[in-house]
Amino acid sequence: MGQEHEGINIFIMGKKYKVPDSLTIMNAMEYAGYQLVRGCGCRAGFCGACATIYRLKGDYDLKVGLACQTKVEPEMYLTQLPFFPAQKSEYNIQELKATAEQISQFYPEIFRCIGCNACTKICPQDLKVMQYIGYAQRGQIDRCADESFDCVMCGLCASRCPAQIVHYNVGILARRLFSRHLTPPAQHLQNRVEEIESGAFDKEINELMSADLIELKRRYNERDMEA
Amino acid sequence: MSYTPKMREQIKKVEATRAERVKQNFPRMNPEQKDNVLKNFHPDYIEASMRALPVGVNKGDRVPHELADLIEARSRVENIKFDLEDIAYDVDVLVVGGGGAGASAALLAQEQDADVLMVTKLRFGDANTVMAQGGIQGADKENDSPAIHYLDVMGGGHYTNVPELVRALTMDAPIALKWLEYLGTMFDKFEDGTMKSIHGGGTSRKRMHSARDYSGAEIMRTLRDEVRNRGVRVIEFCSVVELLLDEDGKCGGAILYNMETGEYEIARAKTVIMAVGGSGRLHYQGFPTTNHYGATGDGLIMGYRAGAKLAFMNTIQYHPTGAAYPPQILGLLITEKVRGLGAEPVNIDGAQFVFHLETRDVEASAIIREVKQNGKGVTTPTGMVGVWLDSPMIDIIHGPGTIEKELPAMVRQFARFGVDIVRDPMLIYPALHYQNGGLLIDENGMTNVENLYVAGEGAGGIHGKNRLMGNSLLDIVVFGRRAGKHAGARVKDITVKKLNMDHVASYHKELEDNGVDTAGRVSPLLLPRYTHRIDE
Repeated sequence: MGQEHEGINIFIMGKKYKVPDSLTIMNAMEYAGYQLVRGCGCRAGFCGACATIYRLKGDYDLKVGLACQTKVEPEMYLTQLPFFPAQKSEYNIQELKATAEQISQFYPEIFRCIGCNACTKICPQDLKVMQYIGYAQRGQIDRCADESFDCVMCGLCASRCPAQIVHYNVGILARRLFSRHLTPPAQHLQNRVEEIESGAFDKEINELMSADLIELKRRYNERDMEA
Repeated sequence: MSYTPKMREQIKKVEATRAERVKQNFPRMNPEQKDNVLKNFHPDYIEASMRALPVGVNKGDRVPHELADLIEARSRVENIKFDLEDIAYDVDVLVVGGGGAGASAALLAQEQDADVLMVTKLRFGDANTVMAQGGIQGADKENDSPAIHYLDVMGGGHYTNVPELVRALTMDAPIALKWLEYLGTMFDKFEDGTMKSIHGGGTSRKRMHSARDYSGAEIMRTLRDEVRNRGVRVIEFCSVVELLLDEDGKCGGAILYNMETGEYEIARAKTVIMAVGGSGRLHYQGFPTTNHYGATGDGLIMGYRAGAKLAFMNTIQYHPTGAAYPPQILGLLITEKVRGLGAEPVNIDGAQFVFHLETRDVEASAIIREVKQNGKGVTTPTGMVGVWLDSPMIDIIHGPGTIEKELPAMVRQFARFGVDIVRDPMLIYPALHYQNGGLLIDENGMTNVENLYVAGEGAGGIHGKNRLMGNSLLDIVVFGRRAGKHAGARVKDITVKKLNMDHVASYHKELEDNGVDTAGRVSPLLLPRYTHRIDE
C-alpha cells in the first residue's frame, strides 16, 4: 500500500464502504472485501464480464461502465450486472444469406426498435448501438459489422431496450455473415492450404528438423528479413 | 489520470527526437548481445526466484517459488469423501476451460461424433484469448512458408522447442486460419480478400494477421458463437478441482466444483482435455500481470498430481510493454501491434535504446537494463518506473488516422484515464504475460498420462523457452483442434474402468515421505486473493 489515498464513500449494493479514490470499481470492491467470482474477467476491458450500473447521490441518472475500466467517485451507488438472460438464435452460418431478411428471421424484434437510443447511451464501449441495429434492419451488413466491431458483449444494451432487442447477438451474426459471405476468401490462404495438404513443404520442414544445432543457428542468424 | 506537468516536460524530449528517429533504423542486436542482455537482465535468470521441486515426475527441476508453493500443497478435496460411482455426467470428452483452446477442442471433438461437455471456471470466453490483441501468425503469403515460420519459432525459443510440436504448429497454421475464416472471423483484409499482415517481434516475414486490436476477442466470440450454435453442453462457473484416474492409471474424469454453490459432482469421461490456461495471476517475482483473472495455474497442479510431466516451467514470458501509467491500468497489455506498426521504445532523454522488434524476452530485458542499470527510466508519481513507447510515430509512418483505425482498444483504454496515445507516447514496463512452458504434450495434445490432453497455454514444449507474438492465438487453435480431433476420434475404442483418486493419496504420501512442509497450503488456487488490498 505505502502511499496515502484519500478515502471516499461508495455504496456497493446499498452498503457503505470507505475506499481510496484512486481505485477502479473492481479494485474498490476487492478492497472492500469482495472475493469476486462473477463480475470479473479479463480485468482489462475486453471480456465484458464486469458491466456495472451506478448513479451518484442526488442524481436520478443511471450511469454504466465496466468495473475494471471505471474509477470510483464519491457517493457512488453501484451494482454489477454479471449476467443477462438474453435469447440467442442458433444457426448454421454456412447456410445463411447475408440479407436483412436473414437477420430478421432470427431476430425479428429488431424491427420493434422505437428509436429511443437507450442502447447507444448505455454502451460502455461508446458504440453507436442503435445505428448498427438500423444498418441490420436495412440489410447494410457490412456497416453493421463495422459499427459493432468493438462490442464486448457485456449485455448492458439489452438490459435497457424497451423493444427487448439483444443487440450484441445481432452484431455477432452480422459480423459473421459479413466475414463469411460478403468478404472474398483469401486466395493465397486457400493456395497455401492446398500446398500443405499436397506435401509441398514436408521435405523442407523435415530437413530443418534433422539439422543439427549449429546448422539451425546459422540458418536462423542468416535469415533474410522482409522489409 | 492524464500526464502530470513534469511528465509533459519529459515528453518534449521524445517529441524533439521523433522526426529523426522515424528516418533512422536502429540496429538489431547480434546473437552475443542478445545472450548478454538476457543473462544479466531477464527475470528468469535470477537464481533466487526459483527452487527445485521435491516431489513428482519433475523432482529436482526448478520452478518459480509461487508455483512451487502450489505444487508443495495438499489437495483441496483431501478431506472430502466422494462416492466416485455417483456419476453426475457421463460423457465421451470432457473439455475443461472455455477459452480459445477449449472452444476449438470442443468443436473438433463434436465433429468426431463425440458427446462433449465443457466446464469453465468463469464465463465461457472469459480467458486470456480475448485479451490477445496483436494477432495470429501463419505462413500464408507467397514469400513465406511453414519452414520459414518453423525457423523463426525455433530461433525465438532458443532452439529448445520440441521440433515435432513446432512442425505441427507451423504446418497447421494456414489450415487453422482457413478454418477461422470459414467460420466467419472478421480478419483485417484488402478488398480482394487478401489478408493484411504485419511483422511481430522475431518474425522474418509479415505473417501477423489481425482483427484490428481485438484479434483474440474476435476469434473467441466467433468460436463461442459456433459452439453455442452446435449445441455443445457448457457449464459456466464450474471448475475442476482434481482429475480422476481409472484402475489402469488412465485419465477417466474429474471432480467438478460449482464456484457459486460449493457443490461437488463427478464427471466420467473417456478423454479429458485440459484447456485451462496459464498462471500469470500467481504474480511471479511480484510482477504485475497482463493476465485474465482465472490464470492461476490450476491445470499444472492437477495434471502434475496425476503424473503428467511439466516442461519449461522455469521460463516465464515478460511482455515488454505493460502499462506503467496511469496507475489504474498498471500492467495492462499494450499490444505488440503498437511496435509492429513502428512505435519505438525511448528513454528519458528521448533516445531509442533497442530495436523495437526484438523477440519479447530480449526486448523486455533491454527495457529492464535501460531502467535498472542505465538509470534512464521515467518515474511516475506513484513511484513506478518505465520507458516511453512512442505511439505517435505510427501516424507519421502510416498516415494520420492509422492509430485510431488499427488500435481502437488501446486508444479507448488510455482515453478512459486521460491519455491520448495519438498525440502522446505511452509509458511502459515489462509485465508478466505468459508461461512459456506447461504440461508436456505430443503432436496430438496428449500428455504422458493416457487420455489426458492439454491444449493452450497450459501445454508445454511448443514454444520452448520463449514464445513469439502471434504464436499463442495460433497455438490455442492448432492444438485445441488437434486435441479435440484426436480425443474425440479415440473415444469409441475407450472403456473407462473403475475410477479412483489413489494418485492424490500417493501424492500426499510422497510429500510426507520427503518431509515437505505444505504450511497449510491447498491447491489448485482457482482464484487469486485480492481482497482488502489496493494494488494488483
